[in-house]
Amino acid sequence: MIVLEKRPQPSRVWSLATPLVAVLATMIAGGMLFALLGKNPIEAISTIFWEPLFGEFAFYYRPQLLVKGAPLILIAIGLSLGFRAGIWNIGAEGQYIMGAICGAGAGLAFYPLDAFYIFPIMVIAGALGGWIWAMIPAFLKVKFGTNEILVSLMLVYVAEQMLASVSLGLLKNPEGFGFPGSRNLQSYDSAHNAELIAGTGMHWGVVAAFVAVIFAYVLLNRHMLGFHIRLTGEAPRAAKFAGVKPARLILFCLGMSGALAGLAGLFEVSGPAGQISIDFNVGYGFTAIIVAFLGRLHPVGILLAGLLMALTYIGGEIAQGSLGLPAAAIQVFQGMLLFFLLALDLLTNFRIAIRKSEVA
Amino acid sequence: MDLSAINPVLLIASLMVAATPILLAAIGELVVEKAGVLNLGVEGMMIVGAIAGFAITVESGSPFFGFIAAAVAGAILSLLFVVLTQVAQANQVASGLALTLFGLGLSALMGQGYVGIKPPATPKLDIPVLSDLPVVGPILFSHDLVLYLGIALTAAVWAALKYTRMGLILRAVGENHDAAHALGYKVVRIRTLAIMFGGACAGLGGAYISLIRVPQWTEGMTAGVGWIALALVVFASWKPWRALLGAYLFGGVTVVQLNLQAAGVAIPVEYLAMSPYLITILVLVILSADKSSAPAALGRNFHASR
Repeated sequence: MIVLEKRPQPSRVWSLATPLVAVLATMIAGGMLFALLGKNPIEAISTIFWEPLFGEFAFYYRPQLLVKGAPLILIAIGLSLGFRAGIWNIGAEGQYIMGAICGAGAGLAFYPLDAFYIFPIMVIAGALGGWIWAMIPAFLKVKFGTNEILVSLMLVYVAEQMLASVSLGLLKNPEGFGFPGSRNLQSYDSAHNAELIAGTGMHWGVVAAFVAVIFAYVLLNRHMLGFHIRLTGEAPRAAKFAGVKPARLILFCLGMSGALAGLAGLFEVSGPAGQISIDFNVGYGFTAIIVAFLGRLHPVGILLAGLLMALTYIGGEIAQGSLGLPAAAIQVFQGMLLFFLLALDLLTNFRIAIRKSEVA
Repeated sequence: MDLSAINPVLLIASLMVAATPILLAAIGELVVEKAGVLNLGVEGMMIVGAIAGFAITVESGSPFFGFIAAAVAGAILSLLFVVLTQVAQANQVASGLALTLFGLGLSALMGQGYVGIKPPATPKLDIPVLSDLPVVGPILFSHDLVLYLGIALTAAVWAALKYTRMGLILRAVGENHDAAHALGYKVVRIRTLAIMFGGACAGLGGAYISLIRVPQWTEGMTAGVGWIALALVVFASWKPWRALLGAYLFGGVTVVQLNLQAAGVAIPVEYLAMSPYLITILVLVILSADKSSAPAALGRNFHASR
């Protein structure tokens, strides 16, 4: 009879190998799904994973990798801090929206002034917007013990309504002929998050994402607070004896992930998206949850996972155009990835052994 | 603004309709949580139930088969959660989120050919004299059968948890899985059945939205109802009748805000539309002080070492 034996220590080898095995398993299962949809599975998989990197138009798609990966990495880095300590912020999508609204609002308040300080102010406003939105569940959890999962998620729907409200009202372009949506920040130089080096996709958000990766790495490995975060997640009782204050951790982890999600929103609205509009958010806040787990909640892992997930977005779009693969198929594909990852994690924590069956 | 256009009798009748999907999902999740499992995949199971029920109803022409299909689809999807949490010992929060993300994608994929179609109407109760009574008729005797099923299910779950051996075992597993295991109960099997029941209920709730409440299919149409149902279980302190009360409260908020939108109140539509979510948060804040009634083993995985 096959039994699971708990490993005394999680296996390091499997911990590193599971994301790779999970990606392979997802490719196989995804291929089957694409075959069911009447597409050639090998062609579909290669379109998604090969075409953007090495295909005919790779020069166009490679920069997109950074553009799409940056918000995912920024948000996932923030989420991973909380996830490690068992603090579940799943409302990053809402914090992302609020960051974009606050940041764009701050920039548009100066319109049409031309000054160097406008963009930095927008960055601060964006981070603050996300931070405040995340402090609501944090404060309620600390003060009243409210479940942060539910509150942060409810606030996503509230933020979506806010987004609709400001794109039809407060931030609506006065010269937009009545169409919903704000002025385009791409044509307002002081507020535009332009490419730093033309043709690379490198904008300030990408820089921020790399900084966040380094910051998180240092925090978790070289700093007391990071140690406390890890301790709380891995040995809650020990953390209590070590004098870790849960309230401080909750405020820090939620606040930090909110600020990073807000930054991601600001860089997106002032750069690639260009304007506040009703359909501004595309689910980065939720996909970032997958990125955080796929990266094993480790900063470097998240960097790689974010780029991989960006690849599936871009490849998915190509497959949509050239093979007629539905957009939802990519969403299913990304969901499958998380499934396989969580299931295969079994091998990290348990050993599969074969034992003679005995009477229970 | 014309508030007199709001008819209180119709308001209560439509409140009950708005409450039913929340109630169905919440009762299912309540049983799951009583067994000590936290399944955050309710939203995902609901939306898959919504499209499965819708598609089968449109193809077969029978809402009855549609609802059956929705329950089956919800239960099948919940089996994925079983594999992750009961077999592979994965974190329940992460697994539930995975289920929701996957379900949202899957439903969008399944629903591609069904946008803009009107499903066959679900028959309503029509008792000759009773349904025609002035006030009582529309409120009590002229709904669809699934609405009554929701109330009956609440009563059944309440009775089963309180008076039956099955309910006692379920609660034992949820309070202390090690003790239950030592007594010889199959913890994993019992939890699996509870999770599947929760999936079936969530599927039914989803189908109720796409077949009766709206009735139409649009992507992401459950719009957080699954999450509100999760909040409702906390609100109800894991007691079935309080879940019913809570569902009617949320149904009431939804219906009132829709009526106010229609009546053209001077509050912008977006602010009215966010009210159900804000009220959920408010209720959570008021009620989360008391966690004493939560099942003790909630969210903890069980692994028999021998």
